[in-house]
Amino acid sequence: MRALILALTAAALAVPAIAQEKPVELKKAPGLDKVEANCSGCHSLDYIPMNSPFPNAALWDAEVGKMIKAFGAPISEADAKVIADYLKKNYGS
Amino acid sequence: MPGKKPLIKLSYRPPNYETPLEYFRTAITSNDAFFVRYHLSNIPEVDVKTWKIAVGGDGANGQAELSLDDLKRLPAAEVVAVNQCSGNRRGLFQPHVPGVQWSYGAMGCARWKGARLKDLLDRVGLKKEAIEIVFDGADSGVSDQTPDFVKSIPAWKAIEDTTLIAYEMNGQPLPHLNGFPARLIVPGWTGTYWMKHVTSIKAVTKPDTNFWMTPAYRIPLGKFPLVTRFTSQESATNTPITEMVVNSLITDPADGTKVSAVRPATIGGIAWDGGYGIRSVEVSSDGGKTWAAATLGDDLGRFAFRTFRYSFAPSQRGKKTIMARATNTIGQSQTSELIHNPAGYHHNVFHSITLDVA
Repeated sequence: MRALILALTAAALAVPAIAQEKPVELKKAPGLDKVEANCSGCHSLDYIPMNSPFPNAALWDAEVGKMIKAFGAPISEADAKVIADYLKKNYGS
Repeated sequence: MPGKKPLIKLSYRPPNYETPLEYFRTAITSNDAFFVRYHLSNIPEVDVKTWKIAVGGDGANGQAELSLDDLKRLPAAEVVAVNQCSGNRRGLFQPHVPGVQWSYGAMGCARWKGARLKDLLDRVGLKKEAIEIVFDGADSGVSDQTPDFVKSIPAWKAIEDTTLIAYEMNGQPLPHLNGFPARLIVPGWTGTYWMKHVTSIKAVTKPDTNFWMTPAYRIPLGKFPLVTRFTSQESATNTPITEMVVNSLITDPADGTKVSAVRPATIGGIAWDGGYGIRSVEVSSDGGKTWAAATLGDDLGRFAFRTFRYSFAPSQRGKKTIMARATNTIGQSQTSELIHNPAGYHHNVFHSITLDVA
């Protein structure tokens, strides 16, 4: 966790050099807090609306699973379920 | 973004920005309009005073470190080549494929100048057992659990005369977001191999197995008409993406333009392929029933965008759809129907525009 916090700080510092990042406003619904807390450390949240509304429930489950298993996102099982439910309800087909 | 004209934003972080179609009216894409594509969000500004490329690996006889000055002291080579993201046009896939939803602009063509990769590898000497050359760049993930972006190419491709470590792009240092101070140029192959901010080059005697080689960037075996293969990485069902498929894009006029029924309109565009060179571009104004040859523009080399022009004389008023189709020197042509694949690569369906003839 300490490594991640350090990494997040580094990312925040690196942002101005990359682009003028503006806040991405996602739909206000239950689970948004978990999405913001768990996803936005590694990537901007525009990835979600960019891929919407096509994914069905299985695809959003697969995407959340990929972030954890392939990309090493430290997301608890409970949070992963909340995030996947939020994506299915608000950005799914 | 610093040093860039306004591009089309797909994602802020990592930055993924495509080039608006209007910048493809010429065979060379300017540095400030060149698309930006990253997988991971930590993209340090490289300090050339301390930056070095380490060359070695178990497939090399020795090790070396090269500074930017060392790189520039090697014999310089130039190539005009298209850098196109494997997933360019993914956003046009039906059914939808998840990922960065690129339209037509995840590509560009530049004149690259640098040292031949072969000359760097000669510094350390390749063993005959070396089968792949593995590249790493300065960028990395935010979490140390995220696989670093690392790619390999076959040794035979690495020692081709046109495979470069480039430090100039269209006569200027590379823009930061296009790989400053030096990036790999793999003419004919998709952008995934064109490692930016290169820091490490390793010759290896076993296939690289990192995430970005497998399962990422794979296409089903046998689905696309490709010539060059990456056999050390092939499985029973899939293979790494390699060379680009033949393709074209209509850049003039813009889709939806009103044109006169009594004057011919000039249709313009660009065509490119995986390095065999463009033989012809044809244009159809009747939904593909008949095709007429366009005139090709200057030949900047077999890896470059090739411009084309065609004079279209409308025969009646109303909406008219114009399509373009490129064919390369080995007879490969574009597809009329999408070749679907799980990652959304190699979209080369005929591009079309609709004109309003009035």
